[in-house]
Amino acid sequence: MRYLPLTPSDRQAMLATIGAGSIDDLFVDVPAVAHLDGPIAGLPMHASEMAVERHFSALARQNMAASHHPFFLGAGAYKHHVPASVDHLIQRGEFLTAYTPYQPEIAQGTLQMLFEFQTQVARLFGCDVANASMYDGSTACWEAISMAGRVTKRSRAVLSSGLHPHYVSVAISMARFTGDVLDTAVPVLDADMGLDALVAQIDDTVSCVVVQYPDILGRIGDLSALAQAAHAKGALLIAVVTEPVALGAIRSPGEMGADIVVGEGQAIGVGLQFGGPYVGLFATKEKYVRQMPGRLCGQTVDADGKRGFVLTLSTREQHIRREKATSNICTNSGLCALAFSIHMTLLGERGLRDLAALNHARAVELAERLSAIPGIRLVNDSFFNEFTLELPIATRDVVHRLAAKGVLGGVSLGRLYADQPQLANALLVAVTEVVSDDDMTALVTALTEILGAGGAA
Amino acid sequence: MSGLNPTGWRPEMAANDGSTPPMTSTGNRALMLEEALIFEIGTAETCGVDIAPAPTINSRLANLERRTAIGLPGLSEPETVRHYTRLSRQNYAIDLGLFPLGSCTMKHNPRLNEKVARMAGFADVHPLSPQETVQGALAVIDQLAHWLVTLTGMHSVAMSPKAGAHGELCGVLCIKAALEARGEDRRVMLVPESAHGTNPATAAFAGFSVEDIPATPAGRVDVAALKARLGPDVAGVMITNPNTCGLFEPDLREISDAVHAAGGYVYCDGANFNAIVGRVRPGDLGVDAMHINLHKTFSTPHGGGGPGSGPVVLSAALAPFAPLPFVTRTDIGGFKLVEEENVGDEHPSSFGRMTAFHGQMGMFTRALSYIMSHGADGLRQVAEDAVLNANYVLRSLTGVLDAPFAASGPCMHEALFSDDGFPDGFSTLDVAKGLIDEGFHPMTVYFPLVVHGAMLVEPTETESKAALDQFIAALASVARRAKRGDPALKTAPHFAPRARLDETLAARKPVLTWKEAPLPQAAE
Amino acid sequence: MPRYFTEEHEWIDVDGDVATVGITDFAQNQLGDIVFVEVPGTGSVVAKGGDAAVVESVKAASDVYAPVDGTVTEGNAALADDPSLVNNDPEGEGWFFRMTLSNTGQLDGLMDAAAYKAFVTEL
Repeated sequence: MRYLPLTPSDRQAMLATIGAGSIDDLFVDVPAVAHLDGPIAGLPMHASEMAVERHFSALARQNMAASHHPFFLGAGAYKHHVPASVDHLIQRGEFLTAYTPYQPEIAQGTLQMLFEFQTQVARLFGCDVANASMYDGSTACWEAISMAGRVTKRSRAVLSSGLHPHYVSVAISMARFTGDVLDTAVPVLDADMGLDALVAQIDDTVSCVVVQYPDILGRIGDLSALAQAAHAKGALLIAVVTEPVALGAIRSPGEMGADIVVGEGQAIGVGLQFGGPYVGLFATKEKYVRQMPGRLCGQTVDADGKRGFVLTLSTREQHIRREKATSNICTNSGLCALAFSIHMTLLGERGLRDLAALNHARAVELAERLSAIPGIRLVNDSFFNEFTLELPIATRDVVHRLAAKGVLGGVSLGRLYADQPQLANALLVAVTEVVSDDDMTALVTALTEILGAGGAA
Repeated sequence: MSGLNPTGWRPEMAANDGSTPPMTSTGNRALMLEEALIFEIGTAETCGVDIAPAPTINSRLANLERRTAIGLPGLSEPETVRHYTRLSRQNYAIDLGLFPLGSCTMKHNPRLNEKVARMAGFADVHPLSPQETVQGALAVIDQLAHWLVTLTGMHSVAMSPKAGAHGELCGVLCIKAALEARGEDRRVMLVPESAHGTNPATAAFAGFSVEDIPATPAGRVDVAALKARLGPDVAGVMITNPNTCGLFEPDLREISDAVHAAGGYVYCDGANFNAIVGRVRPGDLGVDAMHINLHKTFSTPHGGGGPGSGPVVLSAALAPFAPLPFVTRTDIGGFKLVEEENVGDEHPSSFGRMTAFHGQMGMFTRALSYIMSHGADGLRQVAEDAVLNANYVLRSLTGVLDAPFAASGPCMHEALFSDDGFPDGFSTLDVAKGLIDEGFHPMTVYFPLVVHGAMLVEPTETESKAALDQFIAALASVARRAKRGDPALKTAPHFAPRARLDETLAARKPVLTWKEAPLPQAAE
Repeated sequence: MPRYFTEEHEWIDVDGDVATVGITDFAQNQLGDIVFVEVPGTGSVVAKGGDAAVVESVKAASDVYAPVDGTVTEGNAALADDPSLVNNDPEGEGWFFRMTLSNTGQLDGLMDAAAYKAFVTEL
């Protein structure tokens, strides 16, 4: 078997050294009730590379890949062009097959990369410090709520209606066990994000207000007043960024007063991957650093006086604090953080701004073309690269019919909010730099056909 | 005070004896290349990507344009490739050599996995695509789920947890949900003293209070003590099998029966599944929930610390509470996701959702590729070779390093040593740093806490006998130097890209982002 | 000013019904380099044997318990900037907090310097 180097004579020699007669002697502690005599029945035996590859190719061909079709899906995962060198660099064995950098003398590659990543994230978000990544945006969001509870010693969180419904669902599932109280709401198909109404919900029992930026409908709003209102009542403002490319065009949540900024880094360097692995981003103010979950990389010197990096402030973490840890998290999303960091380095500030400008401009172009179709209403006044349309018919069916025409035309709010009939006719459309003019025409044409054919709900 | 430094680890920064070779003008040493930070070499204007100019439009950015500098450096493609290539060369990795980290299962990461994961039909697919357009992706999840359930002899599996600790949380929350459904409020979770830190951290997060179960002198859970503690306030027990001392818990079935009789549940930490895969099914031992680390037993790459993936196999008792989403079959032989909208019909007792979208699809393709490559026969061989390799290391070091449990029988996939017999002033830390100079990543040190100066070695099955012999010789050499008090060990490593690093300074004066100000001075 | 010791390696200097609390030289030596100390806030009520402060070294965190019942009047602010005071002068400048005592009778159960020294030798 190609991955197992031991030969039968090796095994014999090793058993002799050990003083065992057979491999079964080494499993002597396994009780008879659990002892399996041979390979588990009903499962296939080993297979060649060729056979395995063939199996997967057949399954892969059944899926509509984004780059093979006009593609407009967003809602928390975005398709951007990832430069070819990113995937080559992350596949270097010294990155791919390295471990968590607990022995820093032989892990400076990973550690320096994490230090650079932390700095990039902190600056992108407008914060003092960032951690070395979390699993994804949704778990980072919950960890932020949890942290706000520790900082304020309160247990009620206000989640804005614009927060991604999966993120809300995760928070609800966790709060059910921690006893935190969550105020949640469903979005309204209106250009107004409802930030003013949110202010009214903050009192001195509230630990934090959580707002997404841009929000689930793509709307953008100034968070400064909300930050001030939260602080006036001793609460924290948590901002959630699911499309980090947006921060190449719009002000950062940190500079508007957010105390904790979390997000999903998938859009930069990572690719769609059917939902994972992604990379959670987490940043906050210097004064809260010891309450932050996750790994942290810090700068120091070695015995020869050379600059180096180590994991630090480890006493917050599970392997030391055990039941008093800030979180139970152990693994981060290291390789995805590396991909994010490499892509950000290739872009740089100029590139990120240009990329963001291009995304926004293309989204504006398509929004104008789509809202010109009879029956389609553009809900947003403001947006970055994703906006919401209201159609005269239920959009889940529209999405299926678009797919049948070879167009991956967006995400139906009917799928994300299945129990909210008032949202069933809404469609989220994302436009990034990968969308061509032909792609736009394909979507416009297909939607016109579907609506013109009088597709009743 | 509580637990005065339970591991005994102390930072040791003995001053260098000045015998390093003369520095070059660059600070480089042939192929060992120093590399600056991107903030020191990049500029805000440099860009390694060609981006088309944006067409002119009326801005819809609500007057929130970002006008101040962000502070992100850019590099051209050649500079970027060189920067990260140089960084990579400062890392140890499985691809370079044996990586003996106990309980981490640092096995070879097959490159077929990488090829399969990158097929466009898996890598370039959006999670919210209409489900009829992603049937092949859903099939992969379903097939992997089937393998995991069959290998473990359990009822079903929750695929969405994003890492081992996340899977532990999933299992513990299923237990909590099950207790709530029975109308019972049990507050206590029993956890062995030798458990991985994530176990008590997870239990505490879920609102349980954690009580330690002692170990016997033979390094196993004290079954009598555990049974004596069971009662109507005990929600369950979190066991690792094989345990963190590398030993199989022979009484696990008896423990499970006792816990069930007392109304509790058994959570099994599956980090060490590599020792028993294909030879033992946790379901036969009465386990109710077990997370599986795909990045350990099933070869998905560690990537410098992540991403992982932690699906959780569940017993029939806990299956109804499994989180969303998961994949089921449709009436017409296709696949569909059970999400919030259909949970009421399909899976009403689910405790909720643990993550956005569906889980670590990129790890599912890799793990399934690995599993299919090995098959039922190959996976069984994996466990056998892993256990053989660990026992070979254990017995080859008899008389060189103290192995506290070696006299009582074989170990499983990892061998545990202690610092017994080391002279004053010499510690496990010095052995670890000496091993670095020999060209190996150190084994796990100071874990588990139940053994003083613990050294936990897990070679895995993908090491050849020659590789093991070389490692054994190196470890023996360093251990002998420690036992005779070789002072050069105190300043090891000497040949790594960095000497010992000042972790005290890093914790006292944390510098977590790049700043233009000079570094604070080290203490003293 | 009499000084008492607990089996948990805290010391307490008593002056009437006010006291200063810290950890012993033995304790700081076991911990290694101290990197961070979390002292209780002014006004906190502490109980004998209950959590009062946390002291962190690089790879360990230990809870420091209150030797007797009382109320915290002051945490040592100097430790925030220089936690090494606990290593260098644990029984002087490295004090953790000051408190008023609500039950001076509890002092009877504590050790004096000689008893603590003997206790440590037995460990």
